[in-house]
Amino acid sequence: MIDNRLNPQALSGRLEQLAAAAGIDQWDLGASCGTDTSVQVDRGEAKQMKGAQRSAITVRVWNESGLVGITSTSDLSDPGLERALSGAHAASAFGNAEETPAFSPLATAPLVKLEQPLHDALPILTLLDTLEDAERQLLGSHAAIGTVPYNGLAQRSSERLYLNSDGACRHQSLTTASIYLYARAQEAGRKPRSSGAVRLAYGPGELDIAGCIAEAAQRTIAHLDYAPIETGAYTCVFSPEAFLDLIGAFSSMFNARAVLDGVSLSQRDSLGQSLAVPFLSIRDNGLHPGNIGASLFDGEGTPTSPLELVEGGILRNFLHSEATARAFGVPPTGHAGMGAKVSVGPDWFEIGATPGSGGGQQGLNRFSHDAPVVVIDSLSALHAGVKASQGSFSLPFDGWLVAGGVSRSIEAATVAGDVRQLLQAIIGFEGETKVTPDGLCPHVWVEGLSITGEA
Amino acid sequence: MLASLPVSGPDHPSLEGSWLPRLEALLASGLGAGADLVEVFLERTDHLGVLAEQDAITNVSPSFGMGAGIRVFRGERDGFVSTNDLSSQGLNQALEQALGMLGLTPGSAPTRGFEGLGSLKDFSIPKVDWLERCPSLAEATAKLLEGTARLAKHGDHLQARRSSYSRDWQNVLVAASDGTFARDIRLHQSLGLNVLAADGDHRAGLGRRYGTTDSPDDLRQWDADVAAQDVCASAGTMLYADYVEAGQMPAVLANRFGGVIFHEACGHLLETTQVERGTTPFADMVGKVIAHEAVTAIDEGLSEGAFGSLSMDDEGMEPQRTVLIERGVLKRFLSDRAGELRTGHGRTGSGRRQSHAFAAASRMRNTFIAAGPHTPGQLIASVDRGLYCKSMGGGSVGPTGQFNFAVEEGYLIEGGKLTKPVKGATLIGEAKEVMPRISMCANDLELAAGFCGSVSGSINVTVGQPHIKVESITVGGR
Repeated sequence: MIDNRLNPQALSGRLEQLAAAAGIDQWDLGASCGTDTSVQVDRGEAKQMKGAQRSAITVRVWNESGLVGITSTSDLSDPGLERALSGAHAASAFGNAEETPAFSPLATAPLVKLEQPLHDALPILTLLDTLEDAERQLLGSHAAIGTVPYNGLAQRSSERLYLNSDGACRHQSLTTASIYLYARAQEAGRKPRSSGAVRLAYGPGELDIAGCIAEAAQRTIAHLDYAPIETGAYTCVFSPEAFLDLIGAFSSMFNARAVLDGVSLSQRDSLGQSLAVPFLSIRDNGLHPGNIGASLFDGEGTPTSPLELVEGGILRNFLHSEATARAFGVPPTGHAGMGAKVSVGPDWFEIGATPGSGGGQQGLNRFSHDAPVVVIDSLSALHAGVKASQGSFSLPFDGWLVAGGVSRSIEAATVAGDVRQLLQAIIGFEGETKVTPDGLCPHVWVEGLSITGEA
Repeated sequence: MLASLPVSGPDHPSLEGSWLPRLEALLASGLGAGADLVEVFLERTDHLGVLAEQDAITNVSPSFGMGAGIRVFRGERDGFVSTNDLSSQGLNQALEQALGMLGLTPGSAPTRGFEGLGSLKDFSIPKVDWLERCPSLAEATAKLLEGTARLAKHGDHLQARRSSYSRDWQNVLVAASDGTFARDIRLHQSLGLNVLAADGDHRAGLGRRYGTTDSPDDLRQWDADVAAQDVCASAGTMLYADYVEAGQMPAVLANRFGGVIFHEACGHLLETTQVERGTTPFADMVGKVIAHEAVTAIDEGLSEGAFGSLSMDDEGMEPQRTVLIERGVLKRFLSDRAGELRTGHGRTGSGRRQSHAFAAASRMRNTFIAAGPHTPGQLIASVDRGLYCKSMGGGSVGPTGQFNFAVEEGYLIEGGKLTKPVKGATLIGEAKEVMPRISMCANDLELAAGFCGSVSGSINVTVGQPHIKVESITVGGR
């Protein structure tokens, strides 16, 4: 394998020399590198095997007027770094004088220690054997499952780095692995149906492959018996994955950058106001053990930490970078990217009942509910069907209509609504919280959503 | 630590001299290991992104890079490795890794006859000064600030105004053991104008993107005033629009970006990657009727300046004009090297990738439904009650052929006339069912620039069509 490990001390030394030669006093740098290997299979044969060695660096400089410029490159050679510094300095002439980022005051604060074991990479042909076996098991789990058109087993070894001219030095090494299996099933005279599952771990040997196969099979088979649904308003039960996807798509509600830019549904004075039913809590917690591959620090070197966003339905905090935190008079929260204009984003959501709130209606069970309910298993096309700045969504979904204790897959349908109304129309939760790749959440019951079907 | 990178690269004037022996050695080594074919894709990139918000430049983000993708075929199998390390050691290690995926090691097989690379097909010659001819950063920032100022002039209730510019320059070199040796320079520029209009509880976010390829003066020639008027007019209309009533109804889709319906509902399903996966319902339908006879559909990479045009694909093949559907009958699939190998459909110059980090795959270029005999007014007049989709958002297609796309700007059709504006519509359907329902095509074909994400990354494409009528489609809404 190619040795592409980052050396923080050497990189810092080279940047110091190059910056000094260019007359640049203040700079910072984010870098990453890694190696990936992955396989895909198709009916017992290798479909594609891939490997990658990649490196990337972003250099940010402050010019003599205090304005900021950046340049990014994959070229970590001395000429590459020199050109990046020069480019960043040239870009700084166009820096925004009205909002200039600074070093995070927390860029040297202690980091928490996470249990993130490093695993050696497996030979790619071992990955291939493993995935071929998983595909074979999935194909053998039901006669209607004919192919697994989307599948992959991947392992990654990566490093991240943050350095600045004040001496901050952040470094993290990580190994991760993932498997996804999306099966396609079809019964005679009926339309094909598809569903799947994904698992993450710190190494390929740690992956819950049996669980992934079982879940992919169960979800796919559960859609084989389908029927169209009549258009109308329904009580809906969001799966943990679907609800997390929806909240993630509207996360600009919690994003201080979006608030300052005027493109969030929230305003500066929204903190302390009701956003949801009084028993809902939403917390961002990138440090949760279920967040495989958690980053210890953000793009500005600020430590990752938990943050209460919504408690008892009240909006409590926004996600911040250094610049937005300064504008709001609070500390950075560890959710920044890196740039001349620094982006802000969530890490990993924990959604559930606010402790002591009662958690809404108790004993919700789709199979014993009086009226029909629509179970929304997975949402599609969030990139197109979510209007985050407007609050509206109209999204295709896979799911089931449950009536009289009987569940039947819905042929094709969309769910539409307004996220603010949805958050106020939650009536309770069903079952235990589930850890998913995007967060932790129970099934969430919501009243009165518009379903468009083909019946 | 990374090994030092060579100072010369694919854009170096002495390209042939500096790269030819190294490439030939790599390819010969791969063949000598027992590979059927070895392909090397070298790339250098230079990107500039600029964002203006309200009346200030808020982000300037230049980047540059280099890399290689090495792909090895043996039988129908392939292994692919990408690297940022263009040193001889880095490339050799990448090749060895790709060979190892197929159980091959260098020097393990009798040396097979590698006859050397052919003469260089150099499409880059007339393009070598394009990067220098692009607008300077000062020009770009001034133009974007003009854009946001024009938005302020023409718009009401605008809570946010944004203009953005992206310039992507890419220098590529493709060398393969079948003798392929080709070089190109690509230049893509795109401009975006976006607004968020807000008045009380009413909100409307609208945007437009404009994009060209191979036109260094594109930004200079952009008419910011016309573009701002267009965006502001749409935002003003949609600000107070009601949500669309859901149901099954006929729809008339406007030209330009309306072509996303064909892109999502059918275009992806005519890529050989879908044939390989078994996820297209059209796999065995060549020569058979799959659409209404009003539909002729084409994919090509030749239209001058169009966002999906190219001088050569990412496997070194010159693009073609590929008739996909002719009067409703399926004629061809889009194919790349692997697609030809695994499905038997001949290559069409459609092997495309986002960057060196992806293996090429069969992808669309400029994809459109051909013009028909009607006027747009005739299509609208033929609908008693339905939806007119003036502007479309993004969409997607799933593994069973179910597609969806969002309508940014819609109007009700009542009694053959456009009436009130409506928002919040998502159109869904299945490819096999919707293609026969495209019953009328107007005479106003136009293309629109977009980005398409799929197995080989995000690439520049155009979608297009004239106004078309769909007899019945599911409109998701409230």
